[in-house]
Amino acid sequence: MGVLSARLSHRAAAMNPAIRAITMPKWGLTMTEGKVVGWLKREGERFAAGEELLEIETPKITNVVEMPEAGTLRRIVAPAGTTLPVGALLAVVADQDVPEAEIDAFLAGFAPPAPVAAEAAAEAAPAVREIAAGAARLRILEMGEGAAAVVLLHGFGAGLDTWMFVQPALATQHRTIALDLPGHGGSTKAVGAGDPDSLAGAVEAGLAALGAARLHLVGHSLGGAIAALLALRRPERTASLTLIAAAGLGREINGAFIDAFLAATRRREAAEALALLVHDPALVSRKMVEDVLRYKRLDGVAAALAAIAASWFAGGRQQVDLTERIAGLAVPVQVIWGREDRIIPAAHAERLRSRFPVHILEQSGHLPHMEKAAEVGRLVRSFIAAAA
Amino acid sequence: MPQKSIRQAINEALQQEMRRDPRVIVIGEDVAGGAGSQGQRDAYGGVLGVTKGLIGEFGESRVIDTPISESAIIGAAAGAAVTGLRPVAELMFCDFLGVCFDQILNQAAKFRYMFGGKAKTPLVIRTMIGAGRSAAAQHSQSLYHIFTAVPGLKCVVPSNAYDAKGLLIQAIRDDDPVIFCEHKLMYDLRDEVPDEPYTIPFGEANIVREGDDVTVVALSRMVHYASEAADSLAADGIACEIIDPRTTSPLDEDTILDSVARTGRLVVVDEATPRCSLAGDIAALVAEKAFAALKAPPKRVTAPHTPVPFAPSLEKLYIPSPERIAAAIREVYGYGR
Repeated sequence: MGVLSARLSHRAAAMNPAIRAITMPKWGLTMTEGKVVGWLKREGERFAAGEELLEIETPKITNVVEMPEAGTLRRIVAPAGTTLPVGALLAVVADQDVPEAEIDAFLAGFAPPAPVAAEAAAEAAPAVREIAAGAARLRILEMGEGAAAVVLLHGFGAGLDTWMFVQPALATQHRTIALDLPGHGGSTKAVGAGDPDSLAGAVEAGLAALGAARLHLVGHSLGGAIAALLALRRPERTASLTLIAAAGLGREINGAFIDAFLAATRRREAAEALALLVHDPALVSRKMVEDVLRYKRLDGVAAALAAIAASWFAGGRQQVDLTERIAGLAVPVQVIWGREDRIIPAAHAERLRSRFPVHILEQSGHLPHMEKAAEVGRLVRSFIAAAA
Repeated sequence: MPQKSIRQAINEALQQEMRRDPRVIVIGEDVAGGAGSQGQRDAYGGVLGVTKGLIGEFGESRVIDTPISESAIIGAAAGAAVTGLRPVAELMFCDFLGVCFDQILNQAAKFRYMFGGKAKTPLVIRTMIGAGRSAAAQHSQSLYHIFTAVPGLKCVVPSNAYDAKGLLIQAIRDDDPVIFCEHKLMYDLRDEVPDEPYTIPFGEANIVREGDDVTVVALSRMVHYASEAADSLAADGIACEIIDPRTTSPLDEDTILDSVARTGRLVVVDEATPRCSLAGDIAALVAEKAFAALKAPPKRVTAPHTPVPFAPSLEKLYIPSPERIAAAIREVYGYGR
């Protein structure tokens, strides 16, 4: 009976590949379930590519799910308020002319992946591992396959899970590698002086261990400056460079934010500091604040962050300006920024507008890859495709 | 991230701090086990195995088995602390505090003050609390309220493995006497615990669950029972906010008051006896500082004012159950509606 229904669903899908399942996404390493907050379209309603379909909440974060292609919402399976495991069916989307009977058949034949307990999910995630990078060990999350590698570098005080909304979609078409920088996440906390060259050198050593010949570099904030340094060191290996709200493109930086982030040892202080990062304060959940504090309380982190801040942002001014050198790069470069960035001003993006494509995203603060994840994902994907 | 039990988390905290700082020593009854007798060293590693392996790595001068004399253990540890060591002494059952209370109350807690700041007492006393094993009246009490009442002491009551490791490391690095209360039924409780050392500041409560209907403050094992109660109430549309103070002294008043400002309703769950308890202390704090926000009288869910029974059937009635906790929350939620 099981085999028969599997064959039916295969035939149903083969009969009509225009029927698509919308399932609970997996955001970040430890997400096991999510709650449907609300549907932004009704059954029977059409949507265009890029339109938002529903809002999902996890203990860590709340975000909307955007549709990559146009279609019609044919069946809502998970009403607002339901909590379901990752991979569970939420809705069926298809063209308007697909008969109801085929939608029914698709629903009958849909088999979600077996729910995985949080413990097993966290321990069995084989894509997360540590690699040797010179004297340091770096934690990485590798997803997807391909000849060239898309390297994702996070910002100051963050970690590889900052790419949780962007990496999975990129990984459907490319080999992607998100790294925890030294001093961050699960990587070695010793950073020495924490200066630009030593951080770039550690990433360089890690990339050598991963054996990627051609790289699409994507960096956010501090990670953007490191990505730029890597491109400047080895332009022949760099297929493209995407700078998201990057450091290194001007002198201005919100020194008060850096100080507040360094000083925050308690929940209230940390929540106030993190609120400066985003345009929509609802994005900063209690769990996100708790995760930041748990990271900051690890031995060695306070010293590492202080060293990096002193090297890069002493006196509330950026110590490194790579704008001229980046402008001279013979490598495809694009710049993405949030209009409402309160950490590094969007004006820095404008300095490269005469040379490279620059995208300023509305309604976004310093974390456009989280606040406008789908749009950033699209911009990165199309840029990589054009540069290939 | 690796899963570890509270037992493993505490053992790891001790091991990592003893590696980092040669002044950290462990002293207590059978913390290794078998001292002075023929046979296996580290036979016990603590009555419930928490200190196993330490004597193998750190030796007899730093892992010290003592005679059965709490006054000697705590007295020696207090003296060691003021003369430059950082001892982690074990008061096996908190019920025994009577035998060494002068050393805690009048000596360790007061040295800093009475020596005009010229002495510090970086002493940690690890002790077991809690009922539920039919260990009877003299081995089942939760006496953190007595430690909390003494100025000069800090008192820590972790409810999970992640908190246990971070709070114990914080306690060992703290220059004041800290009483670290381990619930004897929770040693096998597992949680994600980083391999690296880390700290958790004292006086910062953990918000275990967010909710807008009723604030539930719970301690130690009662955090888990309160969570069970909250799960059953969520099905009826009652959203509880569960706050685990983690340290009773210093107490994170702000988190509790901010929560009651939003919910207007308070239930405190405390396994200890009711008179002069943490439950009473927190209820009074809220009544005094958040009176205008309250929509119902605060309610305390505690043990009755009796010794802990030995008979399992009676001990079960003694300990606040998820059902009793849920009933109290319902009552507070429904008051005035």
